[in-house]
Amino acid sequence: MLVALLSAPWWLGPYGLTQLSFVLIYSIVGLGLMLLAGYTGLFSIGHAAFLGVGAYVEAKLSALGWPFPASAAAALLSAGAGVVVGLPALRIKGIYLGIATLAFGVIVEEVLARWESMTGGNAGMPVSTLQAFGWKADTGPAFYFVCLLCCVLSSLGVLNLLRSPIGRAFVAIRDSEISAQSMGIRLAQYKTLAFALSAALAGLGGALYAHQIRFLSPDQFSITQSIDLLLLVVIGGLGSAHGAFLGAVFLIAMPQAISAAKDLLPAAVAQAPGLQAFVYGAVLVAFVLFEPLGPYGRWVKVRTWLQLFPFYRRGMFTRQKSFQKSERVR
Amino acid sequence: MLSLQILVSGIAQGCIYGLIALGFVLIYKATETVSFAQGELMMLGAFAGLGLTTAFGLPFWLALPVVVVAMAGFGIATERVAIRPVLGQPAFSIVMLTIGLAYMARGAITMVPAIGTDTHPLAVPYKGEVLRLGGMSFAAEHLVVIGATALLCLGLYLMFSRSRIGIAMQAGSQNQLAAYYMGIPVQRLNGLAWVLAAAVAAVAGLLLAPITFVHANMDFIGLKAFPAAVVGGFGSLPGAIVGGLLVGVVEAFAGFYLPEGLKDVAAYVVVLVMLILKPNGLFGEKSLKKSDRALHLQDRLRPGHRPGQARRPPLLVWRLARCAS
Repeated sequence: MLVALLSAPWWLGPYGLTQLSFVLIYSIVGLGLMLLAGYTGLFSIGHAAFLGVGAYVEAKLSALGWPFPASAAAALLSAGAGVVVGLPALRIKGIYLGIATLAFGVIVEEVLARWESMTGGNAGMPVSTLQAFGWKADTGPAFYFVCLLCCVLSSLGVLNLLRSPIGRAFVAIRDSEISAQSMGIRLAQYKTLAFALSAALAGLGGALYAHQIRFLSPDQFSITQSIDLLLLVVIGGLGSAHGAFLGAVFLIAMPQAISAAKDLLPAAVAQAPGLQAFVYGAVLVAFVLFEPLGPYGRWVKVRTWLQLFPFYRRGMFTRQKSFQKSERVR
Repeated sequence: MLSLQILVSGIAQGCIYGLIALGFVLIYKATETVSFAQGELMMLGAFAGLGLTTAFGLPFWLALPVVVVAMAGFGIATERVAIRPVLGQPAFSIVMLTIGLAYMARGAITMVPAIGTDTHPLAVPYKGEVLRLGGMSFAAEHLVVIGATALLCLGLYLMFSRSRIGIAMQAGSQNQLAAYYMGIPVQRLNGLAWVLAAAVAAVAGLLLAPITFVHANMDFIGLKAFPAAVVGGFGSLPGAIVGGLLVGVVEAFAGFYLPEGLKDVAAYVVVLVMLILKPNGLFGEKSLKKSDRALHLQDRLRPGHRPGQARRPPLLVWRLARCAS
């Protein structure tokens, strides 16, 4: 796997390499959202805002001539934004949190569009090539390796974090806030931390995204982008780090697959602009209905079947239904 | 004078938000899930009305009940096929499921050749008429929206307070298991909640169509109805309407008096302020789970003692957040 990724510039064309860089960038962002939604159980419908903050900060900094490692500042600033959003998360749960992050996402998009002296407004803003200490990543492969390095570092970081007490605390909060609290986990601190880390990863992804796409405009960071990111983690499989990568592959490969399939379809269907949205929706519905754990969950099931060969039972992975309502007291 | 006219148009817009928010709340109370497809249901309703009036030449007043019934059927089909199998799974997956349904609906509409991608005016009998009253003029479209919403609310109120079905639905939303033991067909009532939500959304779509035209991006109104539902308190039907009105009026005034661009975010600013000041909304009830209540009791018995929170970080922001409660 690693060999294939390292040697990719030599066997992939420039177009494929660009797509692969996008997959890596989205994986970083997806890891961040997975940490928040999949492991801590807080879901954010405004994650594109963090991506946007990271992208614009990086664009500004590199225009000022700061070297790329300074894009840590972009990540840090996004993390700061994450803390700000995380604060209401201490008091509100579930759908209310979703609405709060949605509101935050819309407001950030509007700010990006209106703050013209800083962001160029709706006219957009060009981004210079990535450069650090006299070295420029102006070729496809060079930039690809930067993405690969960032992606490997952040996934190692996230995987290690999940094995640490902090990661266990996140999972505990996801499974039951009350039991987590009773075990001595400080909800406020850990939830804020989860938001900050997730936003920082999104900011890092945003910085790379800015250099990759070379031109920023506010509509790239709209609600649709946030929902695409949610789609990424859900299709990849909530609660597995692999899911972020599989989801990113899906998100990038799907438009290609659809345009490839267009040749086979009758013209009336193939030319319709809504085809992509329809297929996205259908795939999402299918995954939630039939395989909530995503492709990785399917792989786990197949592996278990192989390991336990004659003893596999169908019910092993059925999840217990839980209704909050029946135990609600009023 | 002018502000009164702005108020009326704000109220009319708020009624639309309120009607969609009503759908959210109905579904939320019945099945504990949040449907992101509500705006799309409205869009589908408007497109169905458009198709009936233009392609089949039905008059508007005849098309209205047909559309409402058709959308109600669509609602129950959705509930049966997609929602019922995943009930009881984490709320997040159901939210994503409805987002998927919304994508599918929008994609399907834009795939209809020659109709889906354009904007269309919907011909209604009261189109363009203006009521003049003491030097002020009100568009008939706005007044019809307000009147229809008031009628619909009255109907729903009577249904929930007087009819057997309404009371059974209330029981189901208070305690599903207990209602089930009492012989109330809870699952069928959940389907009914979707029927009502879809029908109300269809009415909202038909009412909105003369004001904004029919197009595939109408569903973004749905995203503004969320703030409305939250402002009113997510579990309260009157709250949804009041929240919708509040959001609509604030938006109308922000669009007139404040710099450009603030109109679009006004709804979200309102909801953020609301979530910070009063997270349960205006009419939200305190619904505590048993374990939450236990914590509260514990808090009352030994104030300040709570495991895991014994020493709070002396963060100023954190204090601010706390003292707002």
